[in-house]
Amino acid sequence: MSLLMLLGVSLVSALALAFVGDRKRAAEINILGSAATFAASVFLAVRVYQHGPIVAGNNFFFVDALNVYLAVVTAFVSMTTAVFSRRYMRHERENGRVGRAGMRFYHAMFQLFIFAMLLALLTNNVGVLWISMELATLSTVLLVSLYRTPSAVEAAWKYFILCGVGIAQALFGTVLLYFAAERVFGEGSAGLLWTNLSQSVGSLEPTVLTLAFVFFMVGYGTKVGLVPLHNWLPDAHSEGPTPISAVLSGLLLNVALYALLRCKVLVDGATGSHRAGHIMMAFGLVSILVSAFSLLRQKDIKRMFAYSSIEHMGIATFAFGLGGPVATFGGLLHMLVHSLTKSSIFFTAGHASQMHDTQEMSGIRGLIRGNPLAGWGLMLGCIAIAGMPPFGVFTSEFLILTALIKNAPLLTPVFLLGIGVAFAALFGKVMPMAFGPAPENQRRLKLSHFPVIAHMALVLVIGLYLPGFLSAWFHMAVELLK
Amino acid sequence: MNSRYFPVLIEGLQVATVLLAAPLLAGWIRMLRCRAQGRRSAGILQPFRDLSKLFIKDTVLADNASWIFTSAPYVVFGATVLAGAIIPIISVDLPLSETADVIALVAIFAIARFFMALAGMDVGTAFGGMGASREMMVASLAEPAMLMSVFTVSLVSRTTSLSHMAHAVMTGPVVLRPSLAFAFVSFVLLAIAETGRIPVDNPSTHLELTMIHEAMLLEYSGRRLALMEWASMMKLFLFTSLGVALFFPWGIAGRDTVSMIPLAFLSLAIKLALTGVFIVAVEIRLAKMRVFRIPEFLGMAFLLATLGMLSFFILE
Amino acid sequence: MTTNLAAEINGVLAALILLSSFGLLVQRRMTGLLHIFAWQGFFLSLSTAVVGYTAGLHHLYISAVLTLTLKVFALPYILYVLIHKLKIHREVEEVVNIPTTMLIGIALVIFSYHLTAPIRELSTLVTRSTLAVALATVLLGLLMMITRKKAVTQIIGFLALENGLFFAATSATYGMPLVVELGVALDILIAAFIFGIFFFQIRTTFDSLDLKQLEKLKEEDF
Repeated sequence: MSLLMLLGVSLVSALALAFVGDRKRAAEINILGSAATFAASVFLAVRVYQHGPIVAGNNFFFVDALNVYLAVVTAFVSMTTAVFSRRYMRHERENGRVGRAGMRFYHAMFQLFIFAMLLALLTNNVGVLWISMELATLSTVLLVSLYRTPSAVEAAWKYFILCGVGIAQALFGTVLLYFAAERVFGEGSAGLLWTNLSQSVGSLEPTVLTLAFVFFMVGYGTKVGLVPLHNWLPDAHSEGPTPISAVLSGLLLNVALYALLRCKVLVDGATGSHRAGHIMMAFGLVSILVSAFSLLRQKDIKRMFAYSSIEHMGIATFAFGLGGPVATFGGLLHMLVHSLTKSSIFFTAGHASQMHDTQEMSGIRGLIRGNPLAGWGLMLGCIAIAGMPPFGVFTSEFLILTALIKNAPLLTPVFLLGIGVAFAALFGKVMPMAFGPAPENQRRLKLSHFPVIAHMALVLVIGLYLPGFLSAWFHMAVELLK
Repeated sequence: MNSRYFPVLIEGLQVATVLLAAPLLAGWIRMLRCRAQGRRSAGILQPFRDLSKLFIKDTVLADNASWIFTSAPYVVFGATVLAGAIIPIISVDLPLSETADVIALVAIFAIARFFMALAGMDVGTAFGGMGASREMMVASLAEPAMLMSVFTVSLVSRTTSLSHMAHAVMTGPVVLRPSLAFAFVSFVLLAIAETGRIPVDNPSTHLELTMIHEAMLLEYSGRRLALMEWASMMKLFLFTSLGVALFFPWGIAGRDTVSMIPLAFLSLAIKLALTGVFIVAVEIRLAKMRVFRIPEFLGMAFLLATLGMLSFFILE
Repeated sequence: MTTNLAAEINGVLAALILLSSFGLLVQRRMTGLLHIFAWQGFFLSLSTAVVGYTAGLHHLYISAVLTLTLKVFALPYILYVLIHKLKIHREVEEVVNIPTTMLIGIALVIFSYHLTAPIRELSTLVTRSTLAVALATVLLGLLMMITRKKAVTQIIGFLALENGLFFAATSATYGMPLVVELGVALDILIAAFIFGIFFFQIRTTFDSLDLKQLEKLKEEDF
């Protein structure tokens, strides 16, 4: 029931907003829809927490600790983003960057995007997982080009083509997976059901699954934004509207990583080796290094944080590749705190660029004087994302580092180098923006307080102490990923 | 008569066929072409009349012509006749065919081509040199492709001997083989290029800047020209028969079946007639390509031959 | 129809699909590209129908009809209209010259053959050997997207790539469950619409459909 509501609300809101998305109260409908979705997700999560995994809808849905946790994160961040976008988009509308049709389109596609991600998370069918990932791409493509500037159109084109090609590889992987499963389950949907696959994983053909994983890695890896498949990500994040950057970075990447994780579990089970993990570690480590050094040369604020997202996705992928309870726990926690911190950073960064009418970091100065919440929000967010205590990112990175030193000590310096460079780069760029006198052309705008404060508070709480239910929950998820 | 001599007899019969049928094929093509263009033709025997006229005429040699120039026609003619003795045209039971396989055949054609190109350059005229260099360009691209195309057939029949290949295709079960289809299309393209037909080269012109084959023969006259012309007619005939032997061998007499030979002649005549119709149909519809497009044309042939070979491995 | 004959027909169709992929790689004219693409769709739909007939899987007929309507008629027609409206039937420019592209293409075919060789041994289906062709079609579509500059050609490359995926789904596994196939078809349709919208966006913002214009977003060098 709560499952249907979880998916239904966003779909219905998407349909409704397709017609009334340009009205005055559209933003409130958007918030209301997302809040209802969030409530449903919490309800569902509690049920899973108390009664264990749920299979519903004629085997179509499958909810366990792993995906319901991501569903809650998705619903929560989409809700706060909806709150943030109310003021932000109104302002863009007043600036004349978006028209009526654009607003309608924005609201409808936002909800559709949430729907696609939730479907991807909750479905039991590997094929439907692929379809909803594709749907998530398609629903955001035209949002990235919402402003119709040449660079926005270019970014959307790149996003579309690269993710389209990438996701096509994932479909090939799905075909191969079905090919292997068909020999065990016979024809029909049974061969694509995650519940079936994970139970009889030992009887799947290892060679086929290894090959399939390569395609999954390339396919979903493109969406995760792993180097060298990351080219679309900085463009799409920097050129689209800020709320979209926030959800792309905070949610879509997580969902893609989730898809990859599901595949990894199957491949590990079938081959009995750690090959898939090694592939993921390599991709993760390269992503960390390349993005850390790319961070040094960024001039555009949203672009810089897009690279930071690549880095953190690299860290999470690396952690899951490393395997073992500690690293997996760290990886799951990292997905959560990154998603919260990064969307909050995008909120403040978007706000800062609205205040200065530019996304160039050289034009953004004196934020704390101009708008203390935005300034401190950006500064603290940056401290958090760079992995400083007492924030949650520190906890997750510390866990991953512990596991790394124990299991693969030789890689530790490389990992630390990446994190260190990223830290230096972020600080070097954010300090001048936050402190100092405000420039004259700075405008005073109101920022929605709730999203930034809520996200940062949560990250802080997670950093200071992990609530018991959360850690129990993660332990359940870790069990699933073994 | 002892049956041991049958193969030798057949071999002799085949060489005679090559020598005589080649001008007939050329005459047939010219005749059809005239008809298709609404002209009156000179008859199917005109190439014989041309050749005999050239044999009677005196030869004029350039002052600086070396022994290469004077001996090339004999080498070219001889090599072509030798090739004609290897390809199973009327029977697969050829003694010479056992001694040389398809790789040797390609090499024999290469010898003829090599001497022709040398002769073209020997006198030192601009046209001769140009023709020779273009001929070599075509050859360098066509020969690998030709080998690929023929090898596809050898893969299917598991032998490189032409007789055995024809025999295997003839007696094997009839199945749909994409590899053979690709190899055949590639072979047709290559045969067009090798024999200098439209759209690669125009055999019926002497005064075009882009001509290839005729440019090399400009300095020849009399009986040497006759040999060269005859050799080039035979080359067209041989490529046609090679295609027939590799891809449509049905009708060629098998081993120890002398009685099949009349039938073999009949089927050969039909196949050649159809080839002539095909060539004319292509030639009156297409214009000659620009020279720099030729590599692309041959590249396509190479691609098809490679695809044929790959689809043998992948699909069969 | 016996299984063997069906396998042979499927082999021929696979070869034709492969050939049309190469045709797309070497074709220069826009309308020529569309024709080859439509033919590829036709071979694909035919092969789906043949597989459906021999395996007695009737849902494959639905996919065959879907492929026929979408890939043979609807999408080429939409693209044709676009090309005429936007007046871009000029010759296609390529980044890498055509002979090199062909050689790379051949290498890709060999690569996919090697990659799928272990799977070939496992499968009991008569159509198993076509998996290599499917993978090659995917890779060739990718190659086409990389080597061509015009937006329309990139899309045709993308759609050819999808053809390869469909072919893999039908030939290697006798068709994925119908739910998945319908979803995929829907996605492709949506993608095509978005492509259409995109053309006009690119056209209006850049006044050309040449993707060379879309090269501004690069990392700046110091």
